[in-house]
Amino acid sequence: MLTVSSLTPAQLRARLHGPGLDIQTGPFVNRLHSNIPHLAAGLALLYGDYPLRAAGGFADFHLDLSQPGGLRRWWRPQVRFEQDGQHPFKPLPVDQAQPFCEWMMNWCVSNRAHGYLIVHAAVVEKHGRAIVLPAPPGSGKSTLCAALVCRGWRLLSDELALVRHEDGLLVPVPRPISLKNRSIDVIRAFAPDAVFGSVVHGTMKGTVGLLRAPAASVHRAGEAVAPHAVVFPQWEADAPATLDPLPRARLFMRVADNAFNYTLLGARGFATLAGLAERSAGYAFRYSRLEQALEIFDALAGPGDAA
Amino acid sequence: MSWPDSSSASLSLLVRVLRAPRTAARLDLAGWDLLLRQAGNANLLVSLLYLLEDDGLLDAVPAAPRAHLEWARLAAASHARSVRHEVACIAAALRGLDVPLILLKGSAYAMAGLDAGRGRLFSDVDILVPRTRLDQVEAALMLSGWASTHHDPYDQHYYREWMHEIPPMVHVRRGNTIDVHHAILPETAAVRPDPDLLRAAAVPIAQCPGLSMLAPHDMFLHSAVHLFSDGEFEHGLRDLLDLHRLALQFGAEPGFWTGLVPRARVLQLGRPLYYALRYLQPILGTPVPIEVMSAAAAAGAPNLALRAVMDALFLSALQPHHPSCVGRLDAAARFALYIRGNWLRMPPFMLARHLLHKAFVSPRTDATGDQA
Repeated sequence: MLTVSSLTPAQLRARLHGPGLDIQTGPFVNRLHSNIPHLAAGLALLYGDYPLRAAGGFADFHLDLSQPGGLRRWWRPQVRFEQDGQHPFKPLPVDQAQPFCEWMMNWCVSNRAHGYLIVHAAVVEKHGRAIVLPAPPGSGKSTLCAALVCRGWRLLSDELALVRHEDGLLVPVPRPISLKNRSIDVIRAFAPDAVFGSVVHGTMKGTVGLLRAPAASVHRAGEAVAPHAVVFPQWEADAPATLDPLPRARLFMRVADNAFNYTLLGARGFATLAGLAERSAGYAFRYSRLEQALEIFDALAGPGDAA
Repeated sequence: MSWPDSSSASLSLLVRVLRAPRTAARLDLAGWDLLLRQAGNANLLVSLLYLLEDDGLLDAVPAAPRAHLEWARLAAASHARSVRHEVACIAAALRGLDVPLILLKGSAYAMAGLDAGRGRLFSDVDILVPRTRLDQVEAALMLSGWASTHHDPYDQHYYREWMHEIPPMVHVRRGNTIDVHHAILPETAAVRPDPDLLRAAAVPIAQCPGLSMLAPHDMFLHSAVHLFSDGEFEHGLRDLLDLHRLALQFGAEPGFWTGLVPRARVLQLGRPLYYALRYLQPILGTPVPIEVMSAAAAAGAPNLALRAVMDALFLSALQPHHPSCVGRLDAAARFALYIRGNWLRMPPFMLARHLLHKAFVSPRTDATGDQA
């Protein structure tokens, strides 16, 4: 299968300028347009392992992140998001193009892909056991997700848990992990080999660094997996790692609170969420040290088939 | 009778499929890509879904575009639920007042189960109440959680003295907007259809005790007024499709076509009716009887020079506003229609003052508001 890394930098820029760069992320094809050189370089770095689709087919989402011409080209240059002639968001400073692109790719999914119950959650898997980590910002979800993924867990998603209505399976949509502020240095120290895109300061979420998804996770993006547990992480300074079981009803309500389209889906959303709550053990998880957290998660994953 | 030129070559892909859904069967994946983007941009994805479904074409849609249509179906079901809930809340808020409550536009189509309401997405609920009862209605809505918007004194004055509606009210918890109208055109417009006539002819909505909607002629005329007098064409094609569907559904009833132009004369709405009928036929292929078109021309056609200008503007404005659509409304035409919409609302001096205020004073007050 052709991947984005098969394109030379010049070819990649030509696709972004011309017919669009069609990158497959999990079940979706994103057609990207841009005239911003550093975004092209960032995509080459972070999306090299992703399937590249031929130009001119069907794309699920069309995203244009370009720098407008005119005065803005020189005076506080900006990146503007356009989708089919519409501009649903305000422009941002041009150096934020890469995180902006990630946010817009998330927005496209959560705004449209109602074939799934979409939960604001990271999803990781080991030994066929998938763990959903729903959490509001600031809970340490992405940091924990990044640490697990750097130690061999498969990344299904850092932001969007997709629960398929038909069979209740979690559908992977692995993309770069968005780390904020101090988490960036924490993960750099924890996994010195981890590959980051350029670190961007001063975004609405503070400093953002995008951690490249492991190639193995990207290659297995077609493998949906049954949910095993739903864990609500909460980082707390100096707290010993503790895993407290949650009653099923509480699990249901807390996932609903973190879902993008639970209300929109009506009865369908209720059924899909009930299925998730039935199949998963629920836990509230407090932690301060990643090593301790990893031990607990490895215990949740249980021994592999080979063991 | 001369129709404006819109040979099928100049029609967008979306319009060609709306006219003849069967043509979608010949599309390749690139064609589906374009069709869905044009439909999404025109807010017509769900309408497209139902059209294909009604013609038994849905199973032939390739998997990827089919998924998008099914996602849109779920979003539309949610929209329909929230409209029913919102209308029930409005009815409950006004129950004690003994005010005749008439739903307008999208909410009426949806609640009455009209074809025009199937899959139609809209953001506001519009109601028509007697002008003399406005204060009571506004107070009752406020007691039930709707809050007035547009607190700027100029905007308040603009709405309350000159417009046919009070400033939009937004529900503080649900965030939904209601527009309370007392007429269908502004107080300051040269043409002012008598709201008493509209209310007298209103018909109950069978499924919703206590709620009414405009009679078929008036509903069609109001839809035409909304599209051809308002100056905003963001949903131009969707609004034209409303007229198309109303024409097909009501046109099957005896008396609809014969009574349409006479009713338009009574309500002074010959001009917008003329435009509606003039563009329905060439764009969407609506079967407008030739004698009705002639009568509408006699009642409301502009002179030939003006007609040529309006043809150019409207044929462009009624395309999907997607970058792919040839002849799509450029900024100048859009601005011209905005000015025209306001021209129809108020006399020249008032218009000049309004536009100056909107251009120079409002942005400044908005900016200070942001900093506060």
